[in-house]
Amino acid sequence: MSLKDVISPFYAWKKTLDKPYTIKNPIAEREGAERYRGFHTNDVEKCIGCGTCEEICQNEAIDMVPVQGADPQRGDSGLRPKIDYGRCCWCALCVDVCPTGSLGMSNEYKWVTPDAEEYRFIPGVDIKPWNGAEKGYKRSDEAWLLRPGLKNMPVVEPEERRQTFDEMALGYNDNLALLEANRCLECGICVEACPTHMDIPQYIKAIRENRLEDGLQILYDTNPFSESCGRICTAHCQDACAMAHNGDAIGIRWLKRYITDNTWQRRDDILHGDNRITERGKSVAIIGGGPSGLSAAYYLRQQGYTVTVYEKHDKAGGMLRYGIPEYRLPKAVLDREIETITRIGVQLKTGVAIGGDISFEQLRRENDAVYIAVGAQKGTAMPIEGMETPGVYIGVDFLDRIAAGERPDIGSRVLVVGGGNTAMDVCRSSVRLGAAEVSVLYRRTEKEMPANAEEIEEAREEGVRFDFLVSPVRISRLETGLRVECRRMKLGEPDASGRRRPVPLEGSEFTLDVDSCIMAIGQKVDSSMAHGTDVHITRWGTFEVNAETLQTNVPGIFAGGDCESGPDDAIKAIADGKKAAWFIAKYLQAEHN
Amino acid sequence: MESGASSAITVPTEAHSDRTDRLSPWNPFWARETELDLDSGRYVKIWQGPQHPGVTGNMALEVTLEGDVVRDCKTHIGYLHRGFEKLMERRKWIQCFPIVCRICVPEPDTNEYLFAAGVEELSGVEIPVKAAWLRALVLEMIRVASMTMGLGGQAGAYGLGIVGQWAVVHRDYMLDLFEELTGGRVYHMYILPGGVRQDLPEGFTGRMEKVLRMFENLIADIEKVMFDNAVFKARTKGSGVLPREWVEPFGVTGTTARAAGVPLDVRKDNPYLIYDQLDFEKIVGGESDIYERAFLRKEEILMSIRLIRQILKRMPGEGPVRRKLPNVLHWQVQAGETYVRAESGRGEMGYYMVSDGGEYPRRVHVRGASYTHAMALLEQMARGQSIADIAGLMVSLQTCPPEIER
Repeated sequence: MSLKDVISPFYAWKKTLDKPYTIKNPIAEREGAERYRGFHTNDVEKCIGCGTCEEICQNEAIDMVPVQGADPQRGDSGLRPKIDYGRCCWCALCVDVCPTGSLGMSNEYKWVTPDAEEYRFIPGVDIKPWNGAEKGYKRSDEAWLLRPGLKNMPVVEPEERRQTFDEMALGYNDNLALLEANRCLECGICVEACPTHMDIPQYIKAIRENRLEDGLQILYDTNPFSESCGRICTAHCQDACAMAHNGDAIGIRWLKRYITDNTWQRRDDILHGDNRITERGKSVAIIGGGPSGLSAAYYLRQQGYTVTVYEKHDKAGGMLRYGIPEYRLPKAVLDREIETITRIGVQLKTGVAIGGDISFEQLRRENDAVYIAVGAQKGTAMPIEGMETPGVYIGVDFLDRIAAGERPDIGSRVLVVGGGNTAMDVCRSSVRLGAAEVSVLYRRTEKEMPANAEEIEEAREEGVRFDFLVSPVRISRLETGLRVECRRMKLGEPDASGRRRPVPLEGSEFTLDVDSCIMAIGQKVDSSMAHGTDVHITRWGTFEVNAETLQTNVPGIFAGGDCESGPDDAIKAIADGKKAAWFIAKYLQAEHN
Repeated sequence: MESGASSAITVPTEAHSDRTDRLSPWNPFWARETELDLDSGRYVKIWQGPQHPGVTGNMALEVTLEGDVVRDCKTHIGYLHRGFEKLMERRKWIQCFPIVCRICVPEPDTNEYLFAAGVEELSGVEIPVKAAWLRALVLEMIRVASMTMGLGGQAGAYGLGIVGQWAVVHRDYMLDLFEELTGGRVYHMYILPGGVRQDLPEGFTGRMEKVLRMFENLIADIEKVMFDNAVFKARTKGSGVLPREWVEPFGVTGTTARAAGVPLDVRKDNPYLIYDQLDFEKIVGGESDIYERAFLRKEEILMSIRLIRQILKRMPGEGPVRRKLPNVLHWQVQAGETYVRAESGRGEMGYYMVSDGGEYPRRVHVRGASYTHAMALLEQMARGQSIADIAGLMVSLQTCPPEIER
């Protein structure tokens, strides 16, 4: 030990002359770093209340609460995250997982309040100085903990599928299904969007856990046409899917198909292996063997009612059979699915027209309740000159003929008028019939088309051309083929449906020479069999019902599906069938007491 | 005089100096004990702690004194138990990453790294190159911050409060950089399975260099005030000597082992991340007393500063910093077990992790240096020490109670 060691420590005194390390006013002078994780911000407009933040928060600091202004609607639960800052650990997992990217964190960290309750608030809703702050932690795409990309289903190549009516989508294999099922957040936003409220998160979970039998049970709890819906459903669920905000929606429809693809051989055993139906001794007649009527039949029969379904056509299935082409929904699939329904004891009488073979009154007398589900099968003709010209077809009739096995000669140049899913089925069927040039005319733009984007895309792949803002005005006959006079349109003010109304552009007329022209502009309800009875019918020809119970003005007579609402999709019809079954059962039980 | 059981405690019979030659795991010296007669009036039993100068967190020592000299010491923990290991068995894999950093307050990043590395090993996720460099950067940054605070604690334990103040303020400058890089000051939650959260912010290297220079100046100051201090030298040289032979049976690692002349350094022995690409040597001492351990820690800080410079210079410029994981809400990590380890400021830190193939860890066990150093070893080393030196001894053994009690 030296003298140096004794003197050296006094060096510390030199520091008294240094500038202090501390700053005078830290609250004002020191801002959080650019990417500091401080109090949360939430873009409440962007937020859909899916609750994934609540799910991932390992401190359970987040509660989803209803807030004013964010009302529940399709794709939005109306809930918003409320964060308890006594629990939050600022890890930002909620931000990293947020499917919409609405949640972020500001760089504010100094806010204090004497009221402990104020540390629980709803970011973005409760007014805070940092709302909408630019600085702070925002997740990048790289940081997003979820996977945006959909696992695509293998399909037949466009060139090959132009040649055939065989089914084009091949179905997921085990691996793809598992990967896709793993993308699901289980937020359940889809359940509300589905008309029949299928328990989507649970059946996807069943796929993940390889419990396909359970998955099938879950499917059939709400939808006895799950196998068909796995192919042709309009998938409102996927429109609402939380994942769709920053990537692709989960392939819900394809996952549903995966379950049915792997269980259909054992379906009756799985669903009805050991349960016996207790007969209740009451009978229900159902008019129309389409998705709505058969769904109602399935659920009523399960509850022990004697159910008879009357179908006008030779085969049941309704628009699923006669409106949807084979390449989207093979008839074999539909047949076996209907068998599952008839096998539990549903009586199916095909080729029987109510109002013709049997009168409506007789049906009503012989049964305790009647469900009318005749659909909207009458194609609409356009109110233009030349509709009767040979070579002009109505879309649904055209599909009907193809479904029946006919292959009409439509020539090589085909014009399809309309923008809905029927128009897509018609144009794509035309391609398969060998038409070289298929064009679709639609009077609005692609944005307003009611057809599924996927259908439009696939039609394009198959070579269909689209001409928007065009409407035909006259059809005349040429020596070979037809001449269609058309007029250009422009979009005007929004109409009752919220879509912008097409307005004709004067002097924009032009002509197209084609071999055939198919009108797929909508369908109507044929409610003639109820004429002369006391059942109320609206001026559009649809049945007037109590929206809640689907009961018409006559007790015991219910109506649902397209014949109640006008043309809609299959899943809506199925939902109505399920709903009608519930209310019919309720009606019959009340009557019994 | 007969002593009652309640008033008697047992201590080893042999004197401190002659324990070493007969050391064997099958015949441990600490198993052979005799009783201290507390009724004799020769001894007084006191509790030291749970607050200690220079130690982060709380633990208590039950010390039996004979005059000023410690004759027996029992360590008591339980003040800080938060049950993190158990908690993780009820958390999804991704949800554990904000938990692990809380295991050690001064050095959270080692925990973050080890948890992430364990999960990656079990699940077969490979991280991008840049992420490995950033992880090493963060690990060295936190070593500098934590060891600097440790030096402050060491000085503080001997009444040299000024060094502690300097150390804490300098640690804060490093925390500023952490805040810039990671978005958090104390708990960074930056390293997560799959990589790291973000890339370096603009101009980070320049600001880092500024802070590193401040640290170098600080170390120079500390040398003058602490290491060239007659009082500090007098009290620490030759005090708290850890025999080299104890290193292995007690599982001593880190600077504590290196001060005893045992060259253990996980970064060299079992290189992880990018440590095999860095130029550095193990720093090994030999005196094994409190002074030597503090001195080595100071040298380690300087080496970490050099390593930070190297890393920033050689880090790849562009590139991804994290890999996409499977959907973390349903992430099932392949069944298996693993032990991953890293060199923390206090010594070897390791995570033993087991997955049963489910969405939750089956078991996560944390092996920290404090547990081995500050529990059994401290009990033995405290004997024969003056009560006044116990605080300094605790700090020199790198005691960090939060890490003992996960």
